[in-house]
Amino acid sequence: MNPAFLKALRSLAGEGLITAREELRTYECDGLTNFRVVPLAVVLPSTAEQVQGIVRLCAQEHIAFVARGSGTGLSGGALPVEGGIVISLSRLNRVLNLDILNARVMVEPGVINAAVSQGVAPYGYFYAPDPSSQSVCSIGGNVAENSGGAHCLKYGFTTTHVLGLEVVLPDGSLVQLGGNTLDTPGYDLPGVFVGSEGTLGVTTKVMLRIVKRPEVIQTLLAAFDSTAAAGAAVSDIIASGVLPAAIEMMDNLAIQAAEAAVHAGYPNCGGLLLVELDGPAAEVEALIARVKEKCLHNRAWEIRVAQSEAERIVIWKGRKAAFAAMGRVSPNYIVQDGVIPRTALPQVMDEIVRLSAAAGLRVANVFHAGDGNLHPLVLYDRRIEGQEQDAEELSAEILRTCVRAGGSITGEHGVGNDKKMFMSEMFAEPDLQTMQLVRCAFDPDHISNPGKVFPRTPLCAERPGPYVPHPLEISGEAQFF
Amino acid sequence: MPESAKATSAQALDTLRTIVVEGDLRQGSDADTVCGVAPELYAEPANETELARVLEYANREGILVAPCGGGTKLNWGNAPQIVDLKISTAKFNHIIEYAPGDMTVTVGSGLTIAQLQNALCDHRQRLALDPLWPERATVGGVIAANDSGSLRLRYGGVRDLIIGITVVLPDGTIAASGGKVVKNVAGYDLPKLMSGALGTLGIISRAVFRLHPLPEKSHTLNFSFLDRERANDFMLAITDSIVVPTGLQIRTASDGKIEVDVRIDGIAAGVAAQTETVCKLAGEANPAEPSGDPWRAREELWNSSRASAAICKLSMLPSQLSSTAEFVREGLSQNADWSLLMHSTGLAWLRIDATDSAQFADFISSLRVFLAPASGTAVVLQGPAALRQKIDVWGAAGNALPLMKRIKEQFDPRGILNRGRFVGGI
Repeated sequence: MNPAFLKALRSLAGEGLITAREELRTYECDGLTNFRVVPLAVVLPSTAEQVQGIVRLCAQEHIAFVARGSGTGLSGGALPVEGGIVISLSRLNRVLNLDILNARVMVEPGVINAAVSQGVAPYGYFYAPDPSSQSVCSIGGNVAENSGGAHCLKYGFTTTHVLGLEVVLPDGSLVQLGGNTLDTPGYDLPGVFVGSEGTLGVTTKVMLRIVKRPEVIQTLLAAFDSTAAAGAAVSDIIASGVLPAAIEMMDNLAIQAAEAAVHAGYPNCGGLLLVELDGPAAEVEALIARVKEKCLHNRAWEIRVAQSEAERIVIWKGRKAAFAAMGRVSPNYIVQDGVIPRTALPQVMDEIVRLSAAAGLRVANVFHAGDGNLHPLVLYDRRIEGQEQDAEELSAEILRTCVRAGGSITGEHGVGNDKKMFMSEMFAEPDLQTMQLVRCAFDPDHISNPGKVFPRTPLCAERPGPYVPHPLEISGEAQFF
Repeated sequence: MPESAKATSAQALDTLRTIVVEGDLRQGSDADTVCGVAPELYAEPANETELARVLEYANREGILVAPCGGGTKLNWGNAPQIVDLKISTAKFNHIIEYAPGDMTVTVGSGLTIAQLQNALCDHRQRLALDPLWPERATVGGVIAANDSGSLRLRYGGVRDLIIGITVVLPDGTIAASGGKVVKNVAGYDLPKLMSGALGTLGIISRAVFRLHPLPEKSHTLNFSFLDRERANDFMLAITDSIVVPTGLQIRTASDGKIEVDVRIDGIAAGVAAQTETVCKLAGEANPAEPSGDPWRAREELWNSSRASAAICKLSMLPSQLSSTAEFVREGLSQNADWSLLMHSTGLAWLRIDATDSAQFADFISSLRVFLAPASGTAVVLQGPAALRQKIDVWGAAGNALPLMKRIKEQFDPRGILNRGRFVGGI
């Protein structure tokens, strides 16, 4: 404990400082609860200037900080660092500007994702990235994780919708990355900052783009005997030139759990597809017929189109509640997040079935099938000795299967603390070292969320500065060109 | 250049001959100039390994390098002081992996955009990007220069379509990032960092893109207006309607013409319905079939009769397009011919066509001042040397410039790649 540091923090944050151990425990983990660290202190700044003061102090004292939004992350990205502080941005929660004419909204990082869409709905707009936790997760957290959601198949990820950012760099300087127009001259710093999982600085303002609400939205449910048949339908739909707003798939175990939790009225089947199309009415009408035809061709035995907005909401409720619903069918579960090329789906599903049988553990599957983002849920019972470890190993093996299929270790949950050791399975050492060059430019002292994302802390050794001619060159004895 | 330098250049040529074995290597010529500066040497490595070894050697010896793809945009950016070695990616001109079912493609950076589109067309797919001069512009060059056209409105720019990249760094490191899947958040997003970096951080050797289906039907409508405000209101009305155009632009010029082009893509039923809506929004203006291809209007700007013309890329809020057009008209009409192409995304291209466009340096500066309050920018893409000497082609870089310089120092500590050509003298 460093009393002088805490005193300085208090003078910066006033009553927005937590140091009592019991209160600090609220912040000891994020949505991934198996990693826990109690921070030295938690600060709750209300302004960008306060954030800047806090980060500057951390830089001076060489104390690590972890920025935190709503703490819903699933990779331990907001896990506190031993001896470090947590900067909670929940009080920076103002919508600063609504510019409907230009389809832009400027918000502070603590604004909740769903609140952006709610705020612009009266004007006929919405904010496209919709992670399942959208009713509680914050925009700042979305920026850190480059959050996706079911509709990113058509609309893109958080990074697609962030034009500019105001951030406090780890040295305490406040800078603008990008702007509110396209193609700001210079490096695409918003591009590299979004998804950097809090390792490059703290966001204090975000310029978002919003999207005009489509004329119609149609949501279709199709029941298949197996995920393989449902997967084949997905491939056929995409191959026919349709780009749905979302295509989600659930297997029987996931359907049962969702039904038990929210009674979405899903058919009891081996593989369920949820396809959403949006756009101009005439187009959607023609394309939904095409989607039905592809489903029937792949032996769908029940097809249902939501007849009202209320029906549509119920269908989505089941899908969005799927993770939490696992508690209904298993005492414990691990949420995995891997990506595969879409066409590898049948082969990877077979492999998951094989691995699951070999481990003697059930695996429920919920995926964003359109973009090959799998969320296998490994079910286990912590009370049975050794089962938690078996579940972790199975979950890891599923991830390796994704990498072998040409995919990724994470599609939207991030690397965080959870998957940093898997980075070496996806990337070669030179790839990782090159990414670390970015880290060294932003945070050479490793105080911004250290120990996350990468398997090792980079050595930001003194790189040689701009080219200095050799003395022999200066004397003219050895000259190059 | 002193005699001794020539001798050393010959030595470098000898050393490079031991590295560039399968590729090509020769003395530079006037045909190889970069912003008017001729390189001493020209290399076309045959593969990534040769490229890595060439760069590693250049870095060790402090040889200044200018990377090059199709050479269509070599004049963009500040003029270099010296180019020792021009390195072309021309031999990286193949498709490495095309997965139509996954709608992704991995390509060598030297492939031209047209070659890529032709290959994708067989599967009724495309890279939804329409950069300048697709027949000559290469994948790597388009990424480095961050060039995008009318499809930006619906599909985004390079940054939104690129999902993986391999770059060769000055120290010879060959580094991949991103991946082959559309959805991926593992590690830093270097594909985006490299997009628009103008080859100052590394030389792109391959890229992975997400693809889109070719539209079954595409229909372009052209409307002529007499009044600029009405044209602009029409464009804003489309943007705020249920119509989802894949292209929406206003073309205007010193001759007073004001035309709006709207492109609707999709299936026949959808295109017909949206066309009807667009026509209703147009009010009294009647649609015409466009003469020529209005979506190549950007290229037309470069087809000026005068090489002395200046071309600027402007970026602004969509709501500023109209007032910017008026600012241009008031500022230029007495003195020069001009053309302005404005996309509804807020990107615009202005050609100032005069015998001496350098005299318009003050005008470009005042345009920057006009755009700045809403973070708009004006970048000079083309212009005579006299103009480039009068103003910084990039304009103000903002308060993140020190950070950008630190990134440059990390990737290219000796500053051998396109030295001085980028924003803020990077």
